[in-house]
Amino acid sequence: MNTGLPILRLGDVLLGGLLSDLDDKTALAFTDELTTRIANEGIRGVVIDISRLEIVDSFVARVLMQLAATGRLLGTRMIVAGMRPAVALTLTELGLQLTGVQTALNAEQAMELLGWRRPEEAPHAS
Amino acid sequence: MLGTDDGQVRAVLARILEEDRATLAREWAGQGDGDGRELLEALRNALGGTLAVSRIAEQDPAVRDALTSLSERRARAGAEPSATAMAILALKRTMLSAIERHTEDSALRYRAALLVNELLDSAGVLTFEVYSAGRERIIREQHSQVLELSTPVVRLWRHVLAVPLIGTLDSARTQVVMNNLLEAIQANEARVAIIDITGVPTVDTAVAQHLLQTVSAVRLMGAECVVSGIRPSIAQTITQLGIDLSHIVTRGSLADALATAMQLLGDGARPGAVTG
Amino acid sequence: MLPDERTVPSGEYPVRAEEDLLAARHAVRAAAVAAGFSIVDQTKIVTAASELVRNAYIHGGGGTMTVEVVRDPAGRTGLRLRVRDEGPGIADVEQAMTDGFSTGAGLGHGLGGTRRLVHDFRLDTEPGRGTTVTVVRWQS
Repeated sequence: MNTGLPILRLGDVLLGGLLSDLDDKTALAFTDELTTRIANEGIRGVVIDISRLEIVDSFVARVLMQLAATGRLLGTRMIVAGMRPAVALTLTELGLQLTGVQTALNAEQAMELLGWRRPEEAPHAS
Repeated sequence: MLGTDDGQVRAVLARILEEDRATLAREWAGQGDGDGRELLEALRNALGGTLAVSRIAEQDPAVRDALTSLSERRARAGAEPSATAMAILALKRTMLSAIERHTEDSALRYRAALLVNELLDSAGVLTFEVYSAGRERIIREQHSQVLELSTPVVRLWRHVLAVPLIGTLDSARTQVVMNNLLEAIQANEARVAIIDITGVPTVDTAVAQHLLQTVSAVRLMGAECVVSGIRPSIAQTITQLGIDLSHIVTRGSLADALATAMQLLGDGARPGAVTG
Repeated sequence: MLPDERTVPSGEYPVRAEEDLLAARHAVRAAAVAAGFSIVDQTKIVTAASELVRNAYIHGGGGTMTVEVVRDPAGRTGLRLRVRDEGPGIADVEQAMTDGFSTGAGLGHGLGGTRRLVHDFRLDTEPGRGTTVTVVRWQS
């Protein structure tokens, strides 16, 4: 199934984004596609931008945790970026901490974590 | 009480309210701001209708509105609830004397008096309910304003925020703190958030739980969290309660926490949470 | 004093197909916005709805969700969701309320988490008779 969700490849990093109207099927198809590409294309890092997700329920949380675990097994680092404040509050209230999932404030910071630097930032860094 | 709610008595009262409205409003002194007239007119129209007298205050929209606005205005002005109830009692006296002026027929007077009682007693109950609801809302609003004021988020450094917590940390307050902090993290692209609890007098299991929850939410957003200002007595309590804060970065003072924050920024590459 | 309740969308929504989960979420979001909920309150009630309708769809074989605007005596506005299914019911309620418990295919998080997202939580269930969960979240 084609999810219609863009997955961008930047070197050995995949950058994908989830949209606000995420249904279960699309979420599963999206992670399937990512897993296949991680395995086939020698991907080192995956960034999933969730800044447009208005809710993350236990299903989506579980999908993300499983993807991170699968990625680890395949030698890939996965970062979930851009969780909205209200979503973070709700998830902790639900009792979910996305165990095993690395997070970043936005896609840009996630890319930095994976070793990408903005050229103008480099001299100031640290 | 049966038999008081008949058409004849209602018609008499409606006529009194129509013809004597100006006098009634004047006599029902102490209102002075026009809501007297509004209520009297609404009562007259309701008596001309078919709604049972005991239900008029509660269910007639115009009467209900007039009573509500009378009561709410008083609540906002800080009047005692008894003053609002007294106003309704005063209206009762005013109407009773108007009935006396209007008819010599003592049987009719009696039945009209019963009807007025029934009508205005339920009006009194309603104004009291509205009054307390209004006060409660005001208290709630003030409560949330105090919460907002008491939990400022300050920017200590580029990408570093701090929340100095002062006072008791309950669940309502934790929600506000968390919310403000998370919004600020997003707005400032903060990588480290310091929660300083120097001003928190005691930490019990619930407070520790709230702290843990806040730290989790901050990490979910992709920032790191440092808790500072844990006084020795609080550290002891936490240990005695058997609360595990081992996976939280803690520092003795705000200054130490800032140093740690700078270090975390310096490591640069790892602002995100790595768990598991 | 009372805002006009009729302006707030409420109604009954089917939970029969997978698309219905999304539609139910939209309905709750719209009702929460109309009821004047803050972003955080909206997110919590929509997430709770998502958990409940998914449970009804997966464990209960489908059902319905009703959305209602409610008001407490102090004039506070809330949303009441009632999610009903005609499934097998829950035999061990206590276990179902435990965090992380789920009988579905790795789905659901147990009802314990959902309960924390709302202010009132009621579970009516009987084996063989289906399950109805009623929750209310008040404006904060």
